[in-house]
Amino acid sequence: MKFGVIVFPGSNCDHDAYHVISKHVGQPVDFIWHRDTELRGYDAVIIPGGFSYGDYLRAGALARFSPVMNSVKEFAAKGNLVLGICNGFQILCEAGLLPGALIRNRELHFVCAHVNVRVESVNTPFTHELKPGSILRLPIAHAEGNYVCDDQTLAELHREDRIIFRYCDRDGQITDEANSNGSRDNIAGICNRERNVLGLMPHPERACEDLLGSSDGREVFRSLAGTLAAAA
Amino acid sequence: MKAKVYVTLKPSVLDPQGKAIKHSVELLGYEGIADIRQGKYFEVALDGSLSEAKAREQAEALARDVLSNPIIEDFRVEIEK
Repeated sequence: MKFGVIVFPGSNCDHDAYHVISKHVGQPVDFIWHRDTELRGYDAVIIPGGFSYGDYLRAGALARFSPVMNSVKEFAAKGNLVLGICNGFQILCEAGLLPGALIRNRELHFVCAHVNVRVESVNTPFTHELKPGSILRLPIAHAEGNYVCDDQTLAELHREDRIIFRYCDRDGQITDEANSNGSRDNIAGICNRERNVLGLMPHPERACEDLLGSSDGREVFRSLAGTLAAAA
Repeated sequence: MKAKVYVTLKPSVLDPQGKAIKHSVELLGYEGIADIRQGKYFEVALDGSLSEAKAREQAEALARDVLSNPIIEDFRVEIEK
């Protein structure tokens, strides 16, 4: 199995993602420059965190016009796995691969902290090895992570079991206090209808080593690798 | 010719920045301010060879496809000769 990590000007978690795939998943991984368009040979693509194009216009708004994004759309349409983390989630929303948008945090501040997120659905290639309802401790680092969508989209996300992670307190309760950016319904991560594209604001790739405060993120990558191994 | 594009958050979308500005403005003692919403403004210089109708069409496409995100924002275009 082979992974690709897409690099835009301004990406800054690309090396974290690369490190996790090569060291913890133990699989080949390449950086893919945003002007490249060839995704043949890859089994999963990660759109990493950072500030692509300096967050100019809107977070993720300009990255969606990079040449690689048309290839990512085709890659996803074929059922391949795409994981967008933080800025990657913003880019996937701007590109229309995921519904809704991420706007300025409710309290306006850039929030950099470890938060608790509850696993709402294990019915995805990215979460099937997790326990439903389990709590992951993952870092967030963003100013535009406030997820918004219209009522119809929200109802659809609930009905189709597409809300994958929600911000919760340490006991797993979904509270307003635990909602560190003001996201609608405490949403931290969602998937597309086909369930092969996942976007989330927290950083599982920065939570794969105890030394860094949490290794809960490893389970996401273990699920992802498990899915690909089963398909091979 | 110039296209002026105004991008504003949809009324249903909360605007934390506008709210913070309003709060500061109130602290300064301004009275009678019911609400402040923050938006974006773009000036697009257009090649003079375009007709006004064509220029508007182009500016509206640009506003819709790039300058705004239709999920959270509305836009308005004015053409200035």
